[in-house]
Amino acid sequence: MKKKARILMFAGALLPLLLFVFPLWKITLEAPQYPTPLGMFIYINDFADANPHDIKNINLMNHYVGMKYIPEAIPEFKIFPAGIIITTILGLLIAWKANYKWYLYWFILMILLSSAGLYDFYLWEHDYGHDLDPKAIMKFTNPDGSVMGFQPPLFGTKDILNFTAHSYPQLGAFSLGLGMACSFVGYLLVRKENKKQ
Amino acid sequence: MNKFRLVMIATLVATFLFVGCNQQGKDSSGALASSAAEKVYVAPGEHDDFYAFISGGFSGQLSVYGLPSGRLFKVIPVFSQDAEKAWGYNEETKPMLNTSHGFVPWDDSHHPDISQTNGELDGRFVFINGNNTPRIAKIDLSVFETTEIIEIPNSAGNHSSAFVTENTEYVVAGTRFSVPIPQRDMPINEYKGNFQGSLSFISVDPEDGGMDLSFQILMPGFDYDLAHPGRGASHGWMFFSTYNSEESHSLMEVNASQNDKDFIAAVNWKKAEEYINEGKFKTMPANYAHNVYDEETHTATSTMKKEVRVLDASELPGLVYLLPTPKSPHGCDVNPTGEYIVGNGKLSSDLTVHSFAKMIDAIESEKFDGEAYGIPILSFEDVLAGTVKQAGLGPLHTEFDGQGNGYTTFFISSEVVKWKVGTWEVVDRQPCYYSVGHLMIPGGNSRKPYGKYVVAMNKITKDRYLPTGPEVTQSAQLYDISGEKMELLLDFPTVGEPHYAAGIPADLIKERSKKIYSLEENKHKYATTSDANVRVERNGNEVHIYMTMIRSHFNPDNIEGIKVGDKVYFHVTNLEQDYDVPHGVSMIGANTSELLIMPGQTETFVWEPKQVGVWPFYCTDFCSALHQEMQGYVRVSPANSDLELSWSLGED
Repeated sequence: MKKKARILMFAGALLPLLLFVFPLWKITLEAPQYPTPLGMFIYINDFADANPHDIKNINLMNHYVGMKYIPEAIPEFKIFPAGIIITTILGLLIAWKANYKWYLYWFILMILLSSAGLYDFYLWEHDYGHDLDPKAIMKFTNPDGSVMGFQPPLFGTKDILNFTAHSYPQLGAFSLGLGMACSFVGYLLVRKENKKQ
Repeated sequence: MNKFRLVMIATLVATFLFVGCNQQGKDSSGALASSAAEKVYVAPGEHDDFYAFISGGFSGQLSVYGLPSGRLFKVIPVFSQDAEKAWGYNEETKPMLNTSHGFVPWDDSHHPDISQTNGELDGRFVFINGNNTPRIAKIDLSVFETTEIIEIPNSAGNHSSAFVTENTEYVVAGTRFSVPIPQRDMPINEYKGNFQGSLSFISVDPEDGGMDLSFQILMPGFDYDLAHPGRGASHGWMFFSTYNSEESHSLMEVNASQNDKDFIAAVNWKKAEEYINEGKFKTMPANYAHNVYDEETHTATSTMKKEVRVLDASELPGLVYLLPTPKSPHGCDVNPTGEYIVGNGKLSSDLTVHSFAKMIDAIESEKFDGEAYGIPILSFEDVLAGTVKQAGLGPLHTEFDGQGNGYTTFFISSEVVKWKVGTWEVVDRQPCYYSVGHLMIPGGNSRKPYGKYVVAMNKITKDRYLPTGPEVTQSAQLYDISGEKMELLLDFPTVGEPHYAAGIPADLIKERSKKIYSLEENKHKYATTSDANVRVERNGNEVHIYMTMIRSHFNPDNIEGIKVGDKVYFHVTNLEQDYDVPHGVSMIGANTSELLIMPGQTETFVWEPKQVGVWPFYCTDFCSALHQEMQGYVRVSPANSDLELSWSLGED
């Protein structure tokens, strides 16, 4: 059983590497004028068009309400890949050498880091949706009189003016989640066996 | 008395009943009409099943319709200037209308034909002829734009054109009016024996579609009216109808209608290729324009070509045979198997159908019935497959449905007649409103017709639509031909006079239809593909403005330092890379059209300011919510001003 758990830990440590191949997240914008919706894939090291020129066209839409252009690169594109590589190496070391309890510690570490990542993503989204050019062409206010923001949802679907925005994790995020689950299941398996003994 | 009353009442009731029945009959045609409405109804947002490319006749253009709805999508400018799209107005497309006679801003476009592979429509290109100043144009169906025009030398009235062979080896163009070849100063009444016709074979590059006038066949001085290619067994042959075998030159309506039979000229173009390869051609000096639009430079170039290879049909045996065909045949149509060649003798009530197999037999057994200028004439009886008898008055054109039926238009009796190929019996007839010319079944002149609809294109409309003064709309009519009987479904107006048309299933084209031009591939000499390269340059009194446009501004939008007497080139690049976001631009007082620029494209117009002042320009296509703000100013100073050029965007 310990062997099985170790294999799970190995797999768990390696799975997040798929983030270098598959996107983490996708934001899709639907509107009547876009029979093919605009879409942006978020990778740990890049923003990419869902269809050719989508980001350029999202920027063009957004400049009307004073949103900034989606940057070519953000610091996270360096930090996130490094984080993944470090935690993978750590995970592999744990799988190779460490006591099963470390599976749980790695799992907790990954939970913390992923939450931090998501929070960072939320902050960026919030800034992107609220830090508007004071010379914005169109200014909208909420019913309470405050300036309307255009923050896309962190997770789920939301109507923003004429657009319906969807924000959902993609294969990369699922790989990360599965890897984390592997480590946790590995931990549970050993713990269960230990209890029986 | 009472009895009499009773009889009267009974009679009245009977009359009412009769009338009632009659009216019911009319009502039931109303019910039919409503089912016809369902058949042509394409719900909002849905697509039509077929594209129909309908020639614009004297408009010089080619219009694109959907079938069965009859909705007009686009008028593709071909031979005529089109201010809406700047065709022939902007610097990029002016060379497309260049000819050996200089810039010709108009033509008469007649017969579109879609490129074929193995005798089936492949949807790559449409070819169409300019009748007046002989030209052949190629429209690229990935962009629905005219991308090549080649002028035809030694030709006049380029009417038996532009028909493609089974693998688009050639687009064929025959001359309707015979002329002195080469052109020279001579008395008109010495026409007979001196004037000649020419049949031109324009090769089409299988890779890039590039056209080249490969060779011409010199023919007797008849009028070469229409043509269609052989297919299947008859692949390698081209058939041309002729009239005026009398070789008259005046009061033609009488003098060219004297012979009981004219000819269908069967041209063996495979043989012609052999003669070319054997070097049996003459190279004639010529002067004709070859105009090519490059999709990457968004610019056309015009090249004058100086010679043409010519084969003389009178001297080269086996090249051409003449099939006697009654009554000045107009349309010359070949059925899907390639066995039957229909001669639509326009002064007749019968249709003559020739057999290709019998023609080959007669040629092989050398059963000739005389000759014309050294070209063998076959005997009428030897090549006749059958006659569709008393089918109507004035047959003009025939198409086929792929189920063994022919459909022929009759101009004088104003109807479409359906008949069976092989038994030559008439199956059905339906009236046209009025005086139908060509008809079109999608793929109806290929190996694989899509026999669901026939479009009849009429010459006269009279009272069919709301009147619009003396000049009323041109019109086409759509019939359902999926059943035994034809059913009239729809009238729809057309642009210019529709001559021939070409139809094709939408699926063969729509997926390949380009959405934008890639900015990265824009190789226009004056392109400005990023805002960093925006600038204004002066060279003497020539000023070049390298301008960009994107929602919702021009860059630059303030320009100073222009002077009266300058020649100002606006080279404007649309930086958009989104589907259906064109921008337009026009300058007050510019002596030219607007530009309508597709995403990723660069176009140029010239403005020669004549008055001092500050003059605005603006976007002419409602592009965005801020379209009305998409505008700019040019300051024009006196000719002797020493104000330096300056330009800006968003500066106070």
